[in-house]
Amino acid sequence: MSGKEVFYQGNEACAEGALYAGCRFFGGYPITPSTEVAEFLSRRLPRVGGAFIQMEDEIAAMASIIGASLVGKKSLTATSGPGMSLKLENIGFACITEVPCVIVNVMRGGPSTGLPTGPGQSDVMQAKWGTHGDHPAIALAPASVQEIFNETVRAFNISERLRTPVILLTDEIIGHMREKITIPEKGELEIWDRPRPDCPPEEYLPYDTSKGIIPPMADFGSGYRWHVTGLNHDASGFPTNKPSLVQPEEERLMAKVTENLDIIEKYEHLTKDGAKVGIVAYGSSARSANAAIRLALEEGIPVDFIRPITLWPYPSQPTIEMAEKVDTIVVPEMNLGQMIDEVQRCIEGRAKVVGVNRVDGDPITPENILEKIREVA
Amino acid sequence: MAFDYDKYMRPGKLPHIWCPGCAHGIVMKSIIRAIDRVGLDKDRTVIVSGIGCASRMPGYVDFNTLHTTHGRSLAFATGVKLADPSLNVICVAGDGDALAIGGNHFIHACRRNIDITMVVFNNNIYGMTGGQFSPTTPHGKLASTTPYGNPDYAFDVVELSMGAGATYVSRGTVYHAVPLERQIADGITHKGMSVIDALCTCPTTYGRRNKLGSATDMILWFKDNTVGIKAAERLSPEERAEKILTGVFRQDIKPEYCEEYQKIIDMAKGA
Ligand SMILES: Cc1ncc(C[n+]2csc(CCOP(=O)(O)OP(=O)(O)O)c2C)c(N)n1
Ligand code: SF4
Ligand SMILES: [Mg+2]
Repeated sequence: MSGKEVFYQGNEACAEGALYAGCRFFGGYPITPSTEVAEFLSRRLPRVGGAFIQMEDEIAAMASIIGASLVGKKSLTATSGPGMSLKLENIGFACITEVPCVIVNVMRGGPSTGLPTGPGQSDVMQAKWGTHGDHPAIALAPASVQEIFNETVRAFNISERLRTPVILLTDEIIGHMREKITIPEKGELEIWDRPRPDCPPEEYLPYDTSKGIIPPMADFGSGYRWHVTGLNHDASGFPTNKPSLVQPEEERLMAKVTENLDIIEKYEHLTKDGAKVGIVAYGSSARSANAAIRLALEEGIPVDFIRPITLWPYPSQPTIEMAEKVDTIVVPEMNLGQMIDEVQRCIEGRAKVVGVNRVDGDPITPENILEKIREVA
Repeated sequence: MAFDYDKYMRPGKLPHIWCPGCAHGIVMKSIIRAIDRVGLDKDRTVIVSGIGCASRMPGYVDFNTLHTTHGRSLAFATGVKLADPSLNVICVAGDGDALAIGGNHFIHACRRNIDITMVVFNNNIYGMTGGQFSPTTPHGKLASTTPYGNPDYAFDVVELSMGAGATYVSRGTVYHAVPLERQIADGITHKGMSVIDALCTCPTTYGRRNKLGSATDMILWFKDNTVGIKAAERLSPEERAEKILTGVFRQDIKPEYCEEYQKIIDMAKGA
């Protein structure tokens, strides 16, 4: 990759990636360990004619980015634990109204105020199930500073193309860690924009899916006057509670994800001859898992590895393949066991699954994982 | 010539959901007439609401309309306006929507003096959910959750808006529909945050429980119990205390948020 080399913190890489993707609006509220994303964009957005606003709380921040996106601006918000909880209702609004936007959650420890400056991975289930009601969920979980940059670009791309919110899950470790990264030249990474209508305004039906599962979206102010509501609605965008319309619409929202796995799914799957142990790890825990796998090999224990980069939808297929080969799958995560449930769900008993779990504010170390590998090998 | 409402109404969306005798329709009418008076371009106008009976209004009118989550209209509207300051942005909200769950957004939108016109459909009650007390239900009144009388004291929307920094602040009533229309029109032309406290009525969940008479009686009540701020000067303090004051309470020129942000863009681009 050609481009400019910089020594960036994960949060800065996220903000830079957002700008690269074409983000022109940020609404936020300060919270550790995500604040640097806001600080960076408060400096940089006005330079490109974009807007930064610090709202009165996270509910308002989430609302503001949906409003800006409706005007046609790619929009971002960034937060952590308590702030994420506050955003949930409006994330559901963006799901049902199909307004693209990206939400960054730099995960920290504990429920409530918990461990504000400590890392955690306890919001992974929230990213899938957080807002009420059935809704599509897409969450990306990068594991390095470069990957934060790239995955932020991808988060915008997916959000735009599928017209749905995308959550970027990082954590305090990679959010604050500095690494050398390359900011690609303009044009090197593909940038996708939402589909926009080309029909005459009087023919525009905002949720008309006759030409495809993702209806074109008109910018407010562009001459296509349409109605946006968080109520279940019909193709015209107006409220309906007709069972025959509600059910297919809700199913279509989910199908936007299930029918587009080719652009959403992303994972690393590394195999070793004769491995009887596998690891599934994501985010900063995957870094420790990588080290543990190296150490185990030195001791003569080969270990397979799956690193979901897209966490939701979860990559079931490689996990099933892993389960058919190994006896035990180890799932290290900085929570008391969340993605482990998903691993168990998709492998349907094909292998034994054990967790390595820490919520004490310290990272999971390679030794923590190595110990478990030795135990099950 | 009769006013042509059809120009602004979405075809096929009536009848509305409001109860017979509900005064929300009068406020909607005043907003439409105000928009016509000012001559806003429908394509360049965005109407934002939260949740409640009042908040269903945008669905009926032919603009860019955004029916959001309970209490959040101003927060969504702030994103719309800052993303494209050339759009005309109007918010409509019930008293509960604007001042209880949305109270934080309300005071901060006022403080920023962002160029949004906020019309509060103030019927002193949570209409949509069946008549629970709101932040503007008067002390002692009955609501489904104040069966012994309301222990709370009400917000004064005008005082609250002025204290928080809104630069156009007025109060009108559905009985005085013409001045209400004029206030909304002035609020729209005003550069900065405008709040219009539009006193209206919910005969179904508030009037009946508090024995306030028919829907018409409730509207007529405003005739005898409100007084314009000019006329109020001629009343004794005791007489004035009995009345609700109406009119324009503030109309100030102060820096507007999006204009201030444009200065930041210019500065950052120069840097
Ligand atoms: C988060 C949330 N909490 C509660 C509700 C339920 N709710 C719907 S409308 C409403 C009150 C509406 O009262 P008001 O804003 O005064 O409008 P009105 O119906 O009187 O016009 C409430 C509490 C909701 N929709 N969302
Ligand atoms: S419940 Fe009250 S506010 Fe709601 S429509 Fe009926 S009269 Fe109007
Ligand atoms: Mg009300």
